[in-house]
Order: sequence, then C-alpha cells, then structure tokens
Amino acid sequence: MKRRAHLAGLLALPMFWLIGIYIFSLVMLLVTAFWTTDPFTSKVKPGFTLRNFEQLVANPAYLSTAVRTLVIALAVTVLCMLISVPLGIFMAKIAKPWLRALLAVAITLPLWAGYLVKILAMRVTFTDAGFFNWALAPFGITGPSFSITTVVLTLTYLWLPYMAVPVYTAIRQLPANLFDASADLGAGAWRTIRTIVLPLIKPAIIAGSIFTFSLSLGDYIAAKFVGGSTQMIGSIIASNINLNPPIAAAFAVVPIAFVVIYLLSVQRTGALERM
Amino acid sequence: MKSRFFTGAAVVAVAALALTGCTASADESDSGGGALKIDVPDLPMHEKMGDFEDSLDIVAWSGFVEPAWSDDFTAETGCTVNRRVAGTSDEMVQLMRTGDYDLVSASGDASLRLIAGGDVAPLNLDLVPNFGDDIVEGMKGQIYDTINGKSYGVPIGRGANILQYNSEVVTEEPTSWSVAWESDSPYAGQIIGYDAPIYIADAAVYLMAHEPDLGIKNPYALDKEQLAAAIDLLKQQNKIVSEYWADPAAQITSFVGGNSVIGTSWEVLRKLSEDEKFKSVLPEEGSTGWSDAWMLSGESDSPNCAYAWMDYTSAPEVNGQIAMGFGMAPANAAFCDLNDEAKAHCDYFNATDEEYFKKVWFWTTPIEQCIDGRTDVQCTNFQEWTDAWLTVKG
Amino acid sequence: MLRLSRGARIGLGTIVAVVLVFMYTPLLLVVLNSFNAARIASWPIREFSLEWWGKAFASEPIRAALLNSVLVGLGATAVALLLGTLVAFALQRYSFFGKQSVNLLVVLPIALPGVVTGVALNNTYNQLLEPIGIQVGYFGMIIAHATFCIVMVFNNVFARLRRLSPNVEEASRDLGATPWQTFRLITFPQFRSAFIAGGILAFALSFDEVVVTIFTAPPGVDTLPLWMMNQMARPNEASMVNVVATVVILFSLLPVWASQRLGREISDRD
Repeated sequence: MKRRAHLAGLLALPMFWLIGIYIFSLVMLLVTAFWTTDPFTSKVKPGFTLRNFEQLVANPAYLSTAVRTLVIALAVTVLCMLISVPLGIFMAKIAKPWLRALLAVAITLPLWAGYLVKILAMRVTFTDAGFFNWALAPFGITGPSFSITTVVLTLTYLWLPYMAVPVYTAIRQLPANLFDASADLGAGAWRTIRTIVLPLIKPAIIAGSIFTFSLSLGDYIAAKFVGGSTQMIGSIIASNINLNPPIAAAFAVVPIAFVVIYLLSVQRTGALERM
Repeated sequence: MKSRFFTGAAVVAVAALALTGCTASADESDSGGGALKIDVPDLPMHEKMGDFEDSLDIVAWSGFVEPAWSDDFTAETGCTVNRRVAGTSDEMVQLMRTGDYDLVSASGDASLRLIAGGDVAPLNLDLVPNFGDDIVEGMKGQIYDTINGKSYGVPIGRGANILQYNSEVVTEEPTSWSVAWESDSPYAGQIIGYDAPIYIADAAVYLMAHEPDLGIKNPYALDKEQLAAAIDLLKQQNKIVSEYWADPAAQITSFVGGNSVIGTSWEVLRKLSEDEKFKSVLPEEGSTGWSDAWMLSGESDSPNCAYAWMDYTSAPEVNGQIAMGFGMAPANAAFCDLNDEAKAHCDYFNATDEEYFKKVWFWTTPIEQCIDGRTDVQCTNFQEWTDAWLTVKG
Repeated sequence: MLRLSRGARIGLGTIVAVVLVFMYTPLLLVVLNSFNAARIASWPIREFSLEWWGKAFASEPIRAALLNSVLVGLGATAVALLLGTLVAFALQRYSFFGKQSVNLLVVLPIALPGVVTGVALNNTYNQLLEPIGIQVGYFGMIIAHATFCIVMVFNNVFARLRRLSPNVEEASRDLGATPWQTFRLITFPQFRSAFIAGGILAFALSFDEVVVTIFTAPPGVDTLPLWMMNQMARPNEASMVNVVATVVILFSLLPVWASQRLGREISDRD
C-alpha cells in the first residue's frame, strides 16, 4: 500500500497536467471526428457519424499520404540511428577529451539556429543552383532537388540532436572496464560494439527514436518548403482543421495509431526490460 | 464583452440594419455582390462612435500592421495595437473564431467563410469617412465582402496572381497560361504552382478559355463536373511542377535558385527577387487575384478602436504605406496623386487600371449556391475544394 | 577505452567528419547569408553587406521576441523537468496497470501535428477557461510548450534510470540516510547528465516551436520563431533572420558549454 501511495504521489501532478489539460482539450477537439460540419459556415454540429472515418479510407489520397508519412518517419529514424551510434562511439571512446568536448557542443549547436532558419538554409542548399550542386558539380553529382529524399534529409538534420545527445550520453556512461574485459576475452572491436555496446545503449536509442519518429510524423512545414509536391499527414490535418474539423480530427487518429504501434513494437522487442 | 453589451440594443440595431441594408443594395445592385442573396447570421452593426477602448487586437497579413503607422494611431486614439501575423487564410479564420481578435485583414477566400460563420459583423460605412469616392471602383461592393447588400469589409489593397518567368530560359514572353498547364510544356519540371485549395480557381480560369464546352462562367462557381475537370487539369500539372509555394520566401528562392522558371506569382515577389531577368505577364486568359479588406469581429470588445483603425488606414497616406509595405495596389486611389514615389508605386502595381483588374477574378470562397447565377445546379463548396485539392498531390 | 584497429578508427572518424559537414553546411549558409546584400537567403551570396546586422541590432521587435522566447522556454523547461522526472521515476520504479498508456500519453504531444495541439488548447482556453474568468494569457503558451517538452526530459531520464542499480540507494537507506538525502546525494548525481541533456533538448524544442505558438500566444506577443515566420511571409527583410540565427548560435555556446561541464563529472570519474 505504501508503494501505491508513492506511485500516486509521483504521478499525481504529471497526470493532472497531461490528462486534465492536454487530453481533455484533445478529446474535446477529437470528439468532433464523429460530428458533422455545416458545409457553408464550416462550423461543427454535434451528432454521430462515421462518415469522416469512411472518407479516410475512401479517399486514396489520404491513404497514400499516411503511408508516405510513415515511410518518411521511419527513414528519418533509421538514418538518425545510423549516424548517432558511430558518432557516439567516436566521441565517447575514441576522441581525446578536448575533441570530445568540442563535438559535444557541436552536435547540440544546430539546435539553436531556429527551425525555420534551418529549413530555409536547407532550401538554399538544395536548390538547383544551390550549394549542394555547386559543391559537388566537379564530381558530377547532382542533388535530389526538392523531393521526398530532401524531406528525409531535412528532417534528419532537424531532429538528429534529439537522437545523438541521448545516445552519446549513454555510451559515455558505459564503464571502461567493460570494454577492457571484452577485449581481454578476445572480442574484436566490432564484436564488442555489437554484443556489448548496442544492447546496453538500446534504451537510449529507443528514447531517441521516439523523438525522431514522432516529430517527423507531426511535421509538415519541412515538406512544404523542401518537399516539392510531397504531402504529409500534417499537411492534410492543417488544411482541414479550420474548414472541416471533423475530418482533421479523424485523420489525427492516424499518427496516434502509428505512435501506439511503434511503442508497442518497441516493447515487444523486450529492449526495455532486458536492462 | 461587447457581444453582451450589444444584445440589449439588438432590436434597435436590427431595425437600423434593415434601413442601411436597403440603401446599400440600391447603390451597388449592379456590381454583382449586392444582388446575391445568401442566408447569413444576422449580427448587429455598430451605430455610432463612442469612447475609445484601451487596446485593439488585429490578425493581419505580414506588413499590414507596422509600427511605422500604428504608433501614430495609438498616439491619436490611445488604442494600443496588438498584432498577430497569420500565414494563411485558414489560420486567419481559425484565429478570428477564437474571439480574441477585433479585426482581421481577410482575403476573399476567407471573407465569405467569416461572414457566413457569423464571425464578422456588418459594417457601418458612415463611421469610416475615408471610405469614399477615392476607393477604386473595382474594390467596392464585391461579392467576397458584400452580402445581401450589407458591407462587411473595408478594402485595403489588391493584386493579381500573375505569370512570372525567368527570361533567360523563357526567352519569348508567354501570352497564355498553357506553358504552365499543358503536359507538353517546354518547361516541364520547372513550373511552380500555388499551394492552396483556392488554386483550383486558376485551373478553372484556364479551362474557361480553353474548354468552353464545360460552361464555366465564374471560376468560383463550379459544379461537380467542372470541379472534376479542374482537378484533372491540376493532376496533369502535378506531373510537371517543380514544386508548390504557399510562402513567399519559398517562391522567391525557387526562382532565384533555378528550380522554377515559370509559374504563378505576385508582382511584389518578382520585385523582391531583385533580378531583371524575372519578368511577369498577365496572360490572355486573365488570372485569379486577391483583394484584402478589414473585417470586424462580431465579438469585438473594442469596436470604437476598430472603426477608428479602419478609417485611419483608409486615408490615402496610410493606405499607401500599407500597400507599399506589402507590395500591392492600394484601395485608395488618392494615394497615387500624393507624390512621384506614390505614382510610381501605383503604376507598377496597376493600381488604378480597372481594365487590367477586369481580367482578374478575385479570390472568393466557393459556396453551394452558384455565384454565377445558375439555379439549376448546385455548386461545389470550399470543403469539397479542399478534399479535391488534397487528391491532386496524392 | 575501446580498442579499435586503425582502419576502424579512420572509418569512424570519416563518418563523424561527413556528419559534421552535413550538419554545418546549412549553418554556414545561415552565417554567410547574414552578410548577404540580397533580401532573402540565396546561393551564391550576391554581395557582402552589413546592412542586415545594423537593422537587426536596431530592431526593437527582435529583442522583445527573443525575450519572450527565452522566458517561455525557461518556464516550459522548468515544468518539463519536474513533470518529466516524476513520470520517469513512476514508470521505472513501479509496475502498474496502464503503464504503457502513460508512456503514450507523454509522447503524444510531439507525435500529433502542432496544429492539433495548438487548436485543442486554444479551444480550452477560450471556450472553457475564459467564460469562467480565467485568462491564461502569457501562461497559455508556457502550458502548451511544457506539454510537448515533458517527453524530452522523460525519455532521457527514463533511459538512464533503467541502468541504475537500486543497490546503492538501498545501501544509502540502510546507512540511515533520509529519502531526500538519498535522492540528493545518491540518485540525482547518477542521472544528472541525462536530466541536463533532457532539459536542453526541451528548451531547444520550445525555443523553435512555431505552430502551437501561433494558436496559444496572446495577441501582440511574438516569440522568435513567430517573428521569423513573419519575416519569411514578407521577405523584404528576410535576411535579418540569418543575423538573428547567427547571434543566437553564438550566444547558445555559453549554456551549451556550461551544461557540457556540468554533465561531465560522473563519466570522467570512471
């Protein structure tokens, strides 16, 4: 019983905040998914209809946009992982202290440049006459212009610190003697990384992946600026939320479902329990 | 709250409304707007000016409310001006529905929605003395801000959605929008389109000239079949666009960066590109355009400040400052005669050239009632446009 | 230390170098463009000019926006640090029914497009709280930002707590330390670097947020991202955003460096 009281004490304030303020507001908005809209004033009328959800399935554009967004979010997450792990290992275990400190600052610094400024900078980098093509023209390489690829690169750029910081912090926390032991037992570096480092930093990778995955799911401004004609879930919700809130509300269920599935599958791997 | 204050006087106000309503429609029956009858919520009108309130909250496009002229207004009236800049018409409507704001600089694709939603109140133009003969003809009593003979907006400025091109690539001045719409365009892959449901009207303008069999008379009055044709054209264009722009910064970087060489634009964006190689033309089919007007929230708690602001910004000098600040044609033609700089601005933006603007179909929220006068069919509303637009990019 | 072959070291070093180029090319463009005479960022730089630096430093709205962003960011981060840590402890130290839902609850605010969160909170502020006489005003923004920042602290602290051994805490208790002493002297130092990392990420997220802020900022109050959005929409002086970004990057060196030193202690003791 005492444990229960402790738990309640820990959770009371956060739950009041998240449920009392956030979820309450969200439900008030999302309940309109079952409501109807007056076609002329675009004001919402209470009622009960599943038409809004039917429309999600009926309109092929909604389905393909949902799939496209999922693919983008997963690609961004994988890319961030592939970058963060070697970066973290290098920083924590190879770099000299001065370089490590420098790199630690270097990976957080882009966070402060401003979201819109960074997106505009990516635009200038990837326009046809932009920096990328200019710098790589001598090698005969031309950039991806504005496309899904650019969206993935831009989102990776935007969210990378949210993965790199926890991964690096986790690797740095690994005791050095672990590596010595592994090496003494004859394991090569690659094997040490695969069998010792990766399992130990999995929680941090997962923590980071939740950021990169979720933030990518909800973003649409990057797609607007560097996506050419790429459309994401957020674009559809944003263009409907004013005119047709019920459809927007119904479509907002899609990213929620993706996150639930993601969290469940992460749990299924058992990564969080094995620690 | 002002709305509560008003309910007491509502009966009187409605009576007054009926009266002014009649006179207004008599004046403007020929301009199209006044003739259309649409069911809209009846909101009371401000009858006479009272004491100024403390503050005025405005939702505006970037550049419409700047300290350069709002500081003087505050000094004159004591109304502190709080501005919120909105990025899209949707945002504007959303922000106005919060009830936090007194005034909005609504474009035509937002105004009908606001009027029909009961979010904005009809205006007593007698309290806006600067709204006079100098306001250009083309901005008076238009359908997007005048309903059932009642005026809901005080015009600020207007502009056309022109065809801009990079003359280094497009060496011959295009006369038709066909280079932006047809699959065999020599500039396929380098065409920029506008990123909003209202862009469907651009396709409709093109179809009006090139597919007369469809019978489109007004690009904002499309029945189901006509909308489908416009969407087909947009889908065809989607295969040859480099990208769509909604944000001016994106449009400029697209042209300057070389991704786009031709496509829809505003005069001001061409000007801001600061490169003579970018030229523009109003093609033979005509084009869409936008016209912005101040609209007063039905829930405004500072109507006196709001009316004072509408009047203040309609004066030639201030109206001109806004027009120059944003880069558009001012509503008040008297500005053009103030000095040489003003004259040059007006010439650049064709401010008083009604022949030019006759070719421009100003953004209007599409509604079920066909605004081209057809009664045998139902037209598609903006919600249907939005759904359809989302299928274009797929 | 990890014993790596020369080849592996070079390989890793190359990856790091490429990543740094990827991260710093756009930043370099931002800095260079702050000296660009053109009104809006472009490549190549049209002509060097200090015009935007002069204008930016003279601009009152920029200072106001910067102040707002810092205040909102600090407020939101403080709330997020408290709530995020509480949830992390609850989820890590106890198993209970609905644990997974709590986890989802924390992540949800960043998974939904900002416009949903923004409009939802705005509805509550205007339709519910205002009629009963509660004006959230400035705090509306802080509440909204804190809501989506909680996850930043939670995830970082949670990941760290998983690796802590409860034995040390038990030992501390057995030796007669009060729970507060145990927390302050034993537990907290062990997750301090994750706590700080989470705080920085939370602040950064708040500092950058555009869409939620549009709907929750009171009339007339601009944060830095709102000011930037405004500049992009009327690009006659858009190059000023590059100046502001450059200055913010330079100034952020201080807190980043300080937090770097604060967070370092434990690992360096190993």
